[in-house]
Amino acid sequence: MSTLKPEVNSKDHVQGSDSASITIVEFGDYQCPYCGDAYPIIKEIQDAFGNQIKFVFRNFPLQKSHELAYPAAIAAEAAALQDKFWEMHDAIYENQYRLTDQLFNELAEKIGLNTEQFQEDSLSDEIKQKVEDDFESGVRSGVNGTPSFYVNGTKFDGGATDLYQMLKESTE
Amino acid sequence: MLEKGVKAPNFELNATPDQKIKLKDFLGKNVILAFYPADWSPVCSDQMALYNEMLKYFTKHDAQIFGVSVDSVWCHLAFEKDRKLHFPLLADFEPKGAVSKAYGVYDEKLGESKRALFVIDKEGKIVWSYLSPTAVNPGADGILEALEALDKK
Repeated sequence: MSTLKPEVNSKDHVQGSDSASITIVEFGDYQCPYCGDAYPIIKEIQDAFGNQIKFVFRNFPLQKSHELAYPAAIAAEAAALQDKFWEMHDAIYENQYRLTDQLFNELAEKIGLNTEQFQEDSLSDEIKQKVEDDFESGVRSGVNGTPSFYVNGTKFDGGATDLYQMLKESTE
Repeated sequence: MLEKGVKAPNFELNATPDQKIKLKDFLGKNVILAFYPADWSPVCSDQMALYNEMLKYFTKHDAQIFGVSVDSVWCHLAFEKDRKLHFPLLADFEPKGAVSKAYGVYDEKLGESKRALFVIDKEGKIVWSYLSPTAVNPGADGILEALEALDKK
């Protein structure tokens, strides 16, 4: 059974209540169509379970398969430096159908980032390291494709829809 | 399936129509063999695509990875090109599955290799092996742990 390594920590992007009893970690790729499909389902899960759920996103860009996966991950991490990680994360998935390398600046403007700062941050080593650390944590946690989900630290064998179903059953 | 401690059987398989890979030429290097059932499985959960992303980790541990399936060299070439794979896929094609059989990971019923991983050390000895359920991509955590254990020796 694969477990999450390292555990959720201060470097992670976290949504939801600190007191939530269920922590879901997604390893995702912004260009992966299956991750795009999972995105609205995760939103539904968050709506349905509210404070019971904490959601964490870690980057797992399959760069060789998806040439924009890495720049997208960089864009989201650069937005995080202006406290807008989730705004960028959501904007990229919502615009996944028209992903290009021009899109990130447009989205940065749309979500109200200081775009000059955003572009500078996108080139920083710190940001690259964050994306690589996430990827390595995925490898060590046994990620075998995207999206991969971990529930309370244990790898969940299924996609977002299966996850929703499992949560429904377990909270009934 | 061959287990830890056994000498890895030598083989000679085509990576391209005119290039053969001999295992014994890789003595002095760690080798990862990833047997898998077939080319062309779905993209984002594809095992070979994952290993493709991990080449720099493998290089760090002085390890060369080979994918092995019963597909022909031409099929492998098309698959490598489509998925932009940067490591060799070997064709266990004729006699069909002979190497998979030698490693004990051939599925006679399906006529395909099982999904199995071997890490072979610099002396040509198997130091770790793992058989995965065919439908499950085993990821790479086990490979990395095995390589790290070798580094500590």
